Amino acid sequence: MAAKSENVEELVRKDYEHGFTTEIDADTVPPGLNEDVITFISKKKEEPEWLLEWRLKAYRHWLTMEDPTWAHLDIEHIDYQAISYYSAPKSKEDGPKSLDEVDPKLLETYEKLGIPLQEQKMLAGVAVDAVFDSVSVATTFKGKLKEAGVIFCSFSEAVKDYPDLVKKYLGSVVPTADNFFAALNSAVFTDGSFCYIPKGVRCPMELSTYFRINASNTGQFERTLIVADEGSHVSYLEGCTAPMRDENQLHAAVVELVALDDAEIKYSTVQNWYPGDENGVGGIYNFVTKRGDCRGKNSKISWTQVETGSAITWKYPSCLLKGDNSVGEFYSVAVTNNHQQADTGTKMIHIGKNTKSTIISKGISAKQAQNAYRGLVKISKHADNARNYTQCDSLLMGDKCGAHTFPYIEAKNSTATVEHEATTSKIGDDQLFYCRQRGIKEEDAVNMIVNGFCKEVFKELPMEFAVEAQKLLGITLEGAVG
Amino acid sequence: MSNNTEHYLADHERLQDKLEKNWLSEKRLSALSGFEQNGFPNTRQENWKYTDVRAIARGDFTATSDAEVSISHEEIANIRFNDLDCYELTFVNGKFRHDLSQLEGLPEGVIVCDLAEAIEKYENLVSANMTNEAESNVSSFTALNTAFVQHGAFIYLPKKVVLEKPINLLYLAKDQETNFAAHPRNVIVMESQSSAVVIESYIGLDDSQYFTNAVSDLSLAAAARLDHYKVQQESMNSYHIGYLKAQQHKDSYLESHSISLGGAIVRNDIHSQLDAAGAEIVMNGLYMTSGKQHVDNHTRVDHLKPHTLSTENYRGVLNDRSRAVFNGKVIVHKDAQKIEAHQNNANLLLSDDAEIDTKPELEIYADDVKCSHGATVGQLDKDMLFYLRSRAIDEDTARSLLTFAFAEEVISKIKLAPIRHRLEYLVVGQLPDADLIREFTNE
Repeated sequence: MAAKSENVEELVRKDYEHGFTTEIDADTVPPGLNEDVITFISKKKEEPEWLLEWRLKAYRHWLTMEDPTWAHLDIEHIDYQAISYYSAPKSKEDGPKSLDEVDPKLLETYEKLGIPLQEQKMLAGVAVDAVFDSVSVATTFKGKLKEAGVIFCSFSEAVKDYPDLVKKYLGSVVPTADNFFAALNSAVFTDGSFCYIPKGVRCPMELSTYFRINASNTGQFERTLIVADEGSHVSYLEGCTAPMRDENQLHAAVVELVALDDAEIKYSTVQNWYPGDENGVGGIYNFVTKRGDCRGKNSKISWTQVETGSAITWKYPSCLLKGDNSVGEFYSVAVTNNHQQADTGTKMIHIGKNTKSTIISKGISAKQAQNAYRGLVKISKHADNARNYTQCDSLLMGDKCGAHTFPYIEAKNSTATVEHEATTSKIGDDQLFYCRQRGIKEEDAVNMIVNGFCKEVFKELPMEFAVEAQKLLGITLEGAVG
Repeated sequence: MSNNTEHYLADHERLQDKLEKNWLSEKRLSALSGFEQNGFPNTRQENWKYTDVRAIARGDFTATSDAEVSISHEEIANIRFNDLDCYELTFVNGKFRHDLSQLEGLPEGVIVCDLAEAIEKYENLVSANMTNEAESNVSSFTALNTAFVQHGAFIYLPKKVVLEKPINLLYLAKDQETNFAAHPRNVIVMESQSSAVVIESYIGLDDSQYFTNAVSDLSLAAAARLDHYKVQQESMNSYHIGYLKAQQHKDSYLESHSISLGGAIVRNDIHSQLDAAGAEIVMNGLYMTSGKQHVDNHTRVDHLKPHTLSTENYRGVLNDRSRAVFNGKVIVHKDAQKIEAHQNNANLLLSDDAEIDTKPELEIYADDVKCSHGATVGQLDKDMLFYLRSRAIDEDTARSLLTFAFAEEVISKIKLAPIRHRLEYLVVGQLPDADLIREFTNE
């Protein structure tokens, strides 16, 4: 018995394995938000004048906006003046030129997280941009990508090296005044990834960004912009973790995707921010605006997300299907345990003709968690032959949790075909019985059933991520059974 | 916040002068101040996101006109359900008409009368069963109704009484000089194990412009059963807001059929509270819209206790430049285990200028539940059309036939044959080639 209980303790401790902090010297601005701070960030990053103006405009608009309260979430009031808007590991005068110059402590951190920044190591098929608090610390495989013509770098570099591209596409999908958190992000965003796939290029490897919040009292506000030019193809992965702290930290990112004619973007996220402890103390507020713009004909944008972390998730990766025959997809698994809350879903805005969208959403809530799907399918007047299929299923584990569905369907075209179905139930006793009868432990049985429930989404993930996601799911739901 | 509320305040003062002071006076006033505070709902409110009622607010409808409307028995005979033997309460432009009503032969103990009479005679029963304005999801239209409450139906069934004949509540509207507002209030109280069929018919006899703001309060005690029909055929220029609130106790059963055919702006709200084990509600609805009609159906079921059931099936057929809204909400409250709730909304868009906004919602706070919902928007099946065309049925007729079949899914669930037949007749009447279809579908 003793041995067994030790085991359990180990498991409990294992709950959130990325909860360590890295002791590293950092430049952090004092908490507070005003035009000076924004100017400081802009200066620090040596940005051109137009970008500073753009930020200030967003900030001034943000001042006129109010926190959104429509989501099915219980959010404690956020004091935006108590957050530090910039924190960066101290580096030598110039940023590191190559990986050899990157602070070994940083490399160690990513090593611990299982994200290799050494190019020769395993997972070698993935190029990584590592974002640590407010800045990007390293990007791997730059050379190899450059050969293919693919631009993949941190956002700050992109502003310096490719100002025209940035200027052309920044804010073209998510305007500065889009919503409260997007406006805030536009004003204070610090770094992120930029990616441009030129005409007709199929990106030779998976691109990925790994976000890490380390400093306390800070918020992370990154901005990702991916542009897939005509006929190109890219698969992009995103991962995130943060240390365990008793305070709530804000993460308000903006992701913009642009797909031109015949281009395809596949965007996968495994979100594993610190979810807070079992009493709901601490954890990340993950308030993210993600939107893809299928601007060209026959373009395709596919969102896949596995949301297991964060105290509160507020996130609606969307697709604007402007080009004729364009396709939007959304596959999501959102898991909430303990006191986590999630209000997540998607928007599919059909504008072009013969546009198609698919939404598969799987929500799992356990213990006292609340999990909501909120989606919009809009068929505009001229979107002839638009087609949507939506399925959102919820699984409940424990009698104190909640699962909610708020699907909005707006159809203005008589040739539209829109289908929505949703079910909510718990794990069937007969399913469990079947497994138990065959000598499978209850915990394993539940794991199996849950994995089966999520299979449709997991199969959309790139291989390495799918394995990771399954493991994560197991850990997140640890102790939720029985 | 006040938008066009002044008119109603003044109108209310006129009403106060006319009415004798009684126990309701204070309730009316407090409801009015609630309405004054909130004003008319606007599209910024989630519950009214898709329905703009500014046209109603601007209409300055008055509830205190004294104009007498003449109406003949023949006129009513035309719109009655054929060969439906029923008790009948008739209201014309919101006022009770004893001369046009038929209440003979009611079993002992059963009360069916005008609300005005009940307010005097049965104060306790009425006050205990009227919706409390303070409840969160009650709109200011309900407050407005309470402020002007006067006429309507009061129905009381004692224990174990099974009423054989249905009760038909006829709300007729006919042209008069002022734009009138009617605020009918129906209070239906069913004691345990009683059973009844109640039909609310709202009919516009011409194309005049008026505003009906109806509220029905239903209270079903243990094992009571109510079959409730609402047939809305208001004039195409009128506005209709309806709110139905049902309080359901142990093993009670409510079947609600709601058919919306008329009205320029229509909003139907159904809210049921399943308050004890075994309570069940079945909601069946059909909306057919054309021209520039706007029809909004909102339903909400609160599963407050374990072992409660709800089923919902709403269908819509949209034509021309019309717009329909559906919002079905199922809330399973904490610890309400062993719930079954199913919801379905299907829509047929027949015109490129029509619009449907549908939102089936689930809010679930218990785990041992079986809940599902579905919503579809689509058009007539091409293969089915082809099948009919290949049998030498012309396109228009084929389309009408299939549309009828789509609507029939809801109508066929109506058990009372006279009502079912009449609705079939009305639905077919809205389709092209109506006569031909009737030939096909005649039983």
